[in-house]
Amino acid sequence: MKTKSLIYYALISSIFLFSLVSIWKILVTLQGVELKNFNFALIITLGIAISLLNLLIGEKLNYLIKSTFFALIFTIVDGYIVQLMPIWYNIGIFAILIFFSLKINKYNQKYLASEHSSQIVVFDFLTLFGIVLFSFVILFPFYMMLITSFKTQAALLINPLDFSINFNQDFKELFKSYFVIFDTYKFGRYILISTFVSVGTVIVTLLFAIPAAYAVARLNFFGKNFLSTSILIIYMFPAIVLVIPLYTVFSQLGLRNSVGGLLIVYTATTLPVAIYMLQGYFRSIPKELEEAAIMDKLNWFGIIIKIILPLSIPAISSVALYVFMIAWNEFLFSLMFLDNPNSFTLSRAIQYLSGDAETPRQYLMAGSVVVTIPVLLIFVYFEKYLVSGLTAGSVKG
Amino acid sequence: MSDTLSKIEKRTAYILILPAVFLVFSIILFPIFANVWISFKEVGLKDIRIPEPRAKKIVKTIKDSPDQLKVIYKLRNSSLILEIRDVKFQDKLPKNIKPINLDERCRVISNKIYCEFGNWEAKYKENFQILLMSSDGKPINKKEIKTIKPKLTGKSDNILLNTNFTLKNFKKVFFQNEFFDLLSTTFYYTFFGTIGSIVFGILTAQLVNQKFFGRTFMRSVLLFPYVGPVVALAYTWELLLDPYSGTLNNLLMNFQVIQEPLNLLGQKYLTINFFGFDLKLRLALTTVIIFEIWRYFPLAFLFILARLQAVPKELYEAAEVDGAGPLQKFINITLPQITAVISILFMIRFIWNFNKFEDIFLLTGGASGTRTLPINVYEQGFTISDIGMGSAVSIVIVALLLIFMFVYFKLIGKRADEN
Repeated sequence: MKTKSLIYYALISSIFLFSLVSIWKILVTLQGVELKNFNFALIITLGIAISLLNLLIGEKLNYLIKSTFFALIFTIVDGYIVQLMPIWYNIGIFAILIFFSLKINKYNQKYLASEHSSQIVVFDFLTLFGIVLFSFVILFPFYMMLITSFKTQAALLINPLDFSINFNQDFKELFKSYFVIFDTYKFGRYILISTFVSVGTVIVTLLFAIPAAYAVARLNFFGKNFLSTSILIIYMFPAIVLVIPLYTVFSQLGLRNSVGGLLIVYTATTLPVAIYMLQGYFRSIPKELEEAAIMDKLNWFGIIIKIILPLSIPAISSVALYVFMIAWNEFLFSLMFLDNPNSFTLSRAIQYLSGDAETPRQYLMAGSVVVTIPVLLIFVYFEKYLVSGLTAGSVKG
Repeated sequence: MSDTLSKIEKRTAYILILPAVFLVFSIILFPIFANVWISFKEVGLKDIRIPEPRAKKIVKTIKDSPDQLKVIYKLRNSSLILEIRDVKFQDKLPKNIKPINLDERCRVISNKIYCEFGNWEAKYKENFQILLMSSDGKPINKKEIKTIKPKLTGKSDNILLNTNFTLKNFKKVFFQNEFFDLLSTTFYYTFFGTIGSIVFGILTAQLVNQKFFGRTFMRSVLLFPYVGPVVALAYTWELLLDPYSGTLNNLLMNFQVIQEPLNLLGQKYLTINFFGFDLKLRLALTTVIIFEIWRYFPLAFLFILARLQAVPKELYEAAEVDGAGPLQKFINITLPQITAVISILFMIRFIWNFNKFEDIFLLTGGASGTRTLPINVYEQGFTISDIGMGSAVSIVIVALLLIFMFVYFKLIGKRADEN
């Protein structure tokens, strides 16, 4: 056994344990339990002790008994000697310790003597640490958004750390914020408008993009290379430089505050991506199929409808979902073009709501939940299509 | 024969691409050129409303004579600055109703009143009256008169279409707009946002590329910030970071990490005492950059993960046989395999971060040292209401972007040559 490996192992495993326990403590604090410190020194000491004990005992004990034993020691020292906490806090600590002991179970004296063992130990724990930390950092704001929408302004001001939800209250009380945003702030209407704009954008974009992508992928014409390069360049151009001219022209044409105007802009901004992704897919369809179709005297319209479309359902659905999400999440143009609350999209409505400093935050968060849930559901459900779409839209490398 | 075929092919191709090209041209390319035009003009937000002649119709009954009605048209020029020429007015009358003592500017042709009001200067107002009488002595239906709306037409100059140009906007952009402050903030934001998202992308991709329980779930979760709507996420962060009732500050204070709440989004500088040196950290800008990294590292993660999964397993196995440790494997195999994708990602993210508007706008509105060029476009155009200035700033952005893209395509071309 190398001393270097031993030190690395003991230190990094106890730091990992500390971070696990700290995240648990933060979550506990957010249930309104008073907990004032992380006990860094104590937990690191206990962690080092447990890791070293694990090496000493090694495989002499059944690993389940060993884990339970470690977990019990830790829970008793942390929970009953240092601070008095509700029992579910201790159960959580116990579970964390079981998990931790199982993780360190595979390290024994022989393992630490092998080559590169210190590096492997560090990498293993960094991986675990990364998984825990990234999940926490990413999910926490979403968790906060959801919980805040079930609280009341007064409760949040009294104790901003109390995120516990009282499930004993009336269903109507619990979902009060949602009832308010649908009744008072007309969110039902905004959902309809957002859906209409997004679905409309998907349909129009596909209608325009499929023929164009087919032409770029298959047909020879003057300016083809120029066109495919400019698609890429246009894709890079930001919405913010389009805003002022579009605003002026749309005001003069009376297209502002109209859902139709928004639909045109969304279609134009998503077209380059859609064409780029679709033409990449169309190229992968074997040419022989179309040659046979030309023999059968099908025209281009027939080729697209009868051959290309049925073969590229996955690509088209991935583009459709992608365009839907872009249109649903879009904010800048809806901010610029819509001033009239009757034609707001969801994003614009939430921004409008926040413009009033008096708006209680739980309404804002309820609105945010309403706008976030559809995209996340679509994303989780269709993830396979979307992920391939996201990377296919890139330059291969 | 083949000649006609290729002709048909060409024609078909043009028909197929025309709708898309037309739409993209009018909504994306046209505005970029229009920006150049507007940026050389002195135009305010209020100037872009085309002046319109307007009339509000008010109908009044006259006492003791039910067969007569007084109609008042409140006429006005909607513009405060431009005149309208050759204003023409037209209103319809129901049957059997005739005007009496009609204004000399007007005449009646088959139950329609036509008037010619001539030129209206800016802010023009007039109360124009017509007395109506029914020719058969029956009382006039007031509602029927009221529902008919008058039509007005007129000619006016469109300030956007005249040919008065000025360099004033560009002078203002470069000399009165704290231009170098703007530029440096933008580059700070762009550079650190890009680097941060790529570093975290590499870390998470390396993570998910290993086998562990819940790996697919982890991959979905990592993409959440990227697919969530920016409005919802920005407001959630704003609540999270609020100095008084925000969760983060309260947590840090609860665990005695800090003594005083930090106004993470509202404070320009934070002075940190570092071994006796006072370091000034741009606090709000840093927070905004962290949000940016949080939101966009998933893109880097996806690209790098896709690349990592394509690295042949044999490479790692061979390295293992040669006695390489995890760190050596990462440095000698993984990094060289992903440098290409990283350089492309760097350019893409750099360009996109350079143009980011929504994130900063929603978090700070450009206050406390987070004013970047895109934010400035909005401020100039819609807060200060100077459309010309906004366009001039847009032109600066476009020019810088073209430079970046030139570099980008050069690099891509070079890589294509190497392959």
